[in-house]
Amino acid sequence: MTRTRTMLAAFAVGLLTSTAAIAGDVRIMWYSDGVEGEVLKDLVDRFMKDNPDINVIIDNVSFSVVREQLPVQLEAGDGPDIARLANIKALSKHWLDLRPLVEDPAYWDTNFGDQADWMRPDGSNQISGFMTQITLTGGFANKTLFDQAGVALPGKDATWDDWAKASKQVAESQQIPFPMALDRSGHRLTAPDLSFGANYIGADGKPAPLDDGAKGFISKFIGWIEDGTMSKDIWVSAAGSTYRAGADDFINGQVAYYYSGSWQVPNFSTKIGSNFDWVATGSPCGPANCTGMPGGAGLVAIKYTKNPKDVAKVMDYLASEPIVKEFSERTLFLPAHKGVIEKGLDFKTDDAQAKAALDIFVTATTGLSDLARKLPGWAWSDTVYGALVTRVSQAAAGEMTLDEAYTRIDADIAAKVKDSAL
Amino acid sequence: MAEISRQTSQRRAGQNLGDMAMVPVRLAMGLIDAPLRWVQKTFGLGGMAAFFLLPNMLIFGIFVLLPFFINFAYSMTGGTALFLSDRSFVGSDQYARLFDCSNYLNPNTCAEDTFWTAVSNTGWFVILQVTLMIGFSLVTALILNRDLMARSFWRAVFFFPVLLSPVVVGLIWKWILQRQGLLNFGLYGFGFEPHVWLTDRNWAFAATVGVSIWAHMGFYTLIILAGLQAIPKDLYEAAEMDGTRAMRVFTRITLPLLMPNLLVVIVLVLIRAVQIFDEVYVLTGGGPGTSTLFVTQYIYETGFAAQLRNPGLAAAASILMGLVLVLLTLMQLGLSRSSEKKGARK
Repeated sequence: MTRTRTMLAAFAVGLLTSTAAIAGDVRIMWYSDGVEGEVLKDLVDRFMKDNPDINVIIDNVSFSVVREQLPVQLEAGDGPDIARLANIKALSKHWLDLRPLVEDPAYWDTNFGDQADWMRPDGSNQISGFMTQITLTGGFANKTLFDQAGVALPGKDATWDDWAKASKQVAESQQIPFPMALDRSGHRLTAPDLSFGANYIGADGKPAPLDDGAKGFISKFIGWIEDGTMSKDIWVSAAGSTYRAGADDFINGQVAYYYSGSWQVPNFSTKIGSNFDWVATGSPCGPANCTGMPGGAGLVAIKYTKNPKDVAKVMDYLASEPIVKEFSERTLFLPAHKGVIEKGLDFKTDDAQAKAALDIFVTATTGLSDLARKLPGWAWSDTVYGALVTRVSQAAAGEMTLDEAYTRIDADIAAKVKDSAL
Repeated sequence: MAEISRQTSQRRAGQNLGDMAMVPVRLAMGLIDAPLRWVQKTFGLGGMAAFFLLPNMLIFGIFVLLPFFINFAYSMTGGTALFLSDRSFVGSDQYARLFDCSNYLNPNTCAEDTFWTAVSNTGWFVILQVTLMIGFSLVTALILNRDLMARSFWRAVFFFPVLLSPVVVGLIWKWILQRQGLLNFGLYGFGFEPHVWLTDRNWAFAATVGVSIWAHMGFYTLIILAGLQAIPKDLYEAAEMDGTRAMRVFTRITLPLLMPNLLVVIVLVLIRAVQIFDEVYVLTGGGPGTSTLFVTQYIYETGFAAQLRNPGLAAAASILMGLVLVLLTLMQLGLSRSSEKKGARK
């Protein structure tokens, strides 16, 4: 009898201990483009030192795991407690509302309010998380190639045509394969589309058929691919909506002008080093404006967590001003925190080119069009981007005419809208 | 005498050890003996067979049949929700969408043009790859069956790519064929004009066929080689004594006796060709445009990789692909049975 009691007591103690351990665990699913995983670990270690009752576990995974496996886990009512991801709007029904849990909701509204809609269901005032970095699309020029060719870098308000003309001269003079390159991404293509006056959003809030603005840039883009001004390799290198970056071509000095975004700055700083001089140029202008496209990755709390209070405590810590400032300065990411931006940043790099590029991107955030600001929080953005990439690349490969591509883009989007209504 | 006595005691000790080892076996047999007798008594001998097949059938049912029925159920639903319970029943709409086409030979006239492009690409791939694979494997096996110098080494050389992961195969050939790849480097070195192999529609398609043959040929060569070595040597000796020409020996002795192996190879290559995905996905990603997009990649893109996934449409496409594979398997069964019958008649 005594033996049975002892065993039961031991079992109860074990059960309580294990439950306590689970209660204090906060699991973060995290992907890294650069050094941000290491920086986060450092910051979290400090948090755990001050909060020994909370055990933060960082699961470092690849971007594709977040993209393909996290949605399945969330649909099953499972998953980590916190996750860092890019498609924060599409999955917003799974995010935890931190408003009643964080210490000071007004602090969150003031500093992260501009992007709050990007990660919450339409019409809600939920605090789901914050952007770990704001990204902005923009161009990069290989200054050394321009200098060697004796071609002046187009100025601040230069148009897409100006850059195409100058880059072509550089490519001819320097014998490089392509004057320009643009990532195989609907998000990237959207920036010049908007600068040509495109509007993807219909009066009912659903996707509108492609308008003259979008068609204006896409036809120019395909023309550039056909005459060799724009790199064909990147756009025809896959089927469907697969993402392909042209960064390696720029790093290897194979293109004079590359349109990508601010997230490439740490990458270029590390990989180009002193091989050649490069500059960020902001976004070239179209007939309507000179906008880039904002975006980024958000850190969100997940509503299926067993420890919402601990999660809120971790989120409060990571969103605090000194931590956001340190994270941004060490990772060379643009912060979303209003206070941090206003007070300025001292990016921790010896690379003057990287510092100058980051300053240009910070300045460019003030020149975004209203639509560009709205699109990251629009539920149908990814649908439009996917259809654009799939069909524009088919036109680039010569599989269909531009008119056929436009018809298919509209049909693909309409089919997706119909599917999602079922 | 003493030696005999020592050997006898050793044998006894061994027997004792053996007996001891058999104790748990006997115990286990004793334990299952009664239930097995009960099964046999209750269900008869036929029931016993079913009883022993049950574990295997359970595994087959859970991991093959059940997913098949779930997949079929998915193909009858619409929407973007992931779980079957959250999806709406749409009947045969997904199949109707796939078959909504005014001219099946022109994918641009179809609602799901990429599906029919993938079907057409897969069809061409199967025709080219299967023909060339059988041809190359047969020729290689015939050569490797001769008395070559370092024959084992050459056999290993041809078999080596089979050991590589499809992703590694795709990456190796991508590094060779890309704009600044090894092939162009070599061409440039010899004064030729480099070519962009993977962004040219025809060359990219040829590359997928070529790489797939390179990667898998060793396996099929090995099967054919085994068939060649099973052909009795005296038949060749008799033909040689009769002064039969080499081509006649090949068509009248080698090929007919190799036919059972060739049939197996043809069906295996055919099934594998229909399922092609991994190395091509790494090598070309389905591009340029959709010129190397095959049915499996279409299913993957539609169900898992697209921004707004459509599991119902992907399930319907995979059911259609499954039907094609079932037809190919039935064909294999039919052919092997007819060749067995022919063999029995002879």
